[in-house]
Amino acid sequence: SLTERSTNLLGVRNILLVLSGKGGVGKSTICTELALALRHCGHRVGILDVDLCGPSIPRMLRVQDRAVHQCDSGWVPVFVGQDRGIALMSIGFLLEQPDDAVVWRGPKKNALIKQFVTDVAWGDLDFLIVDTPPGTSDEHISTVEALRHYKLLGAILVTTPQ
Amino acid sequence: ADAPVSPPAEAAELRARLRAVRHTVLVLSGKGGVGKSTFSAALAHGLAADEDKQVALLDIDICGPSIPKMMGLEGEQVHQSGSGWSPVYVEENLGVMSVGFLLSSPDDAVIWRGPKKNGLIKQFLRDVDWGEIDYLIVDTPPGTSDEHLSIVQYLSATHIDGAVIVTTPQEISLQDVRKEINFCHKVKLPIIGVVENMSGFVCPKCKKESQIFPPTTGGAEKMCQNLNVSLLGKVPLDPQIGKSCDRGQSFLSEAPESPATLSYRNIIQRIQEYCEQRHSREEKSI
Repeated sequence: SLTERSTNLLGVRNILLVLSGKGGVGKSTICTELALALRHCGHRVGILDVDLCGPSIPRMLRVQDRAVHQCDSGWVPVFVGQDRGIALMSIGFLLEQPDDAVVWRGPKKNALIKQFVTDVAWGDLDFLIVDTPPGTSDEHISTVEALRHYKLLGAILVTTPQ
Repeated sequence: ADAPVSPPAEAAELRARLRAVRHTVLVLSGKGGVGKSTFSAALAHGLAADEDKQVALLDIDICGPSIPKMMGLEGEQVHQSGSGWSPVYVEENLGVMSVGFLLSSPDDAVIWRGPKKNGLIKQFLRDVDWGEIDYLIVDTPPGTSDEHLSIVQYLSATHIDGAVIVTTPQEISLQDVRKEINFCHKVKLPIIGVVENMSGFVCPKCKKESQIFPPTTGGAEKMCQNLNVSLLGKVPLDPQIGKSCDRGQSFLSEAPESPATLSYRNIIQRIQEYCEQRHSREEKSI
């Protein structure tokens, strides 16, 4: 029902998923560069990093040491970039130590992804870019399900030549 | 957290099926695309070069099974017999199992949540008639999740000699690999050592060496020093490796003179020595 759906994504005009079956082809790198390029064009941009086991985006944007806070509407994303114009949420921010492994089975990952999707106070964004881990499993199913009622523009698929 | 354990009946079933496995090596990485499957395939071929050794390669990357193509076994199907599923044999002494063999088409996506993946992994261990094996090599997907917890849990019925952790030199990879090392500690899985892939490139024309993935934070060498784990070796980038994988050929056989082949062989020898030493220590204590 509408009352159950959070309002946090209503101000997001376009949601882009960056996917690949394969690991290590440059999904996170492309997400980061795409976000920076869109910001450079003057758009309001957010990145949602749902790679729970291997969150790379915080380090790529040099914010691996930052912490997240809560506000009334949910979690406040970390603002990055030269003009602090990119909003980022990643599980990387929730780890006590950066080398801590997130050793979770599917159900626990699904619960966190659902929270990430609905409980981050994104505000008004032109683009929300979602970085995913390799595969076609829990994270992917849960992310697509949680985003189903919002403005999902589509997926960009990343590969290498071999 | 402790090592996950199976309920007694399940453990007994797995123990019975796996009792003829002498050595088990898991190939892990926190990071994707660093060469786990490539290394697993090379390790399998390297060990099976000794015709007296029986080698099994189990691919538990359910969403992205690379092993069938790398071993030249695409299109093969799994056959059932009275004693269970038959592995697909590359050589007489090298058998392979992967979800890839269960798909009707190689492009079929396996869109499964954790519990279903765990079920198939258990089947691979319980229902495949591996026979007597000297080495069981398990290729894993990237991460520290269902597949990894399950394989450690199910293999607790037998024993795991240890894990080989694969990385590339850059910090973005090491960051994830440190997590994998912590995962091994958490589940009490011994670490045989770390392999650094894509470690430098020597141009075949001008012979100049380049760092395609510069080790900005000291690479695997520094990480291993800091975390007190063994660095088994560094393998340089060789375009022949990717080609051999795409063509389903053994890189070690196709490019015997490559510096990468020399590295692989040294690493494989060190893994063998580790496993054999562990075995003789145990036999002495009995």
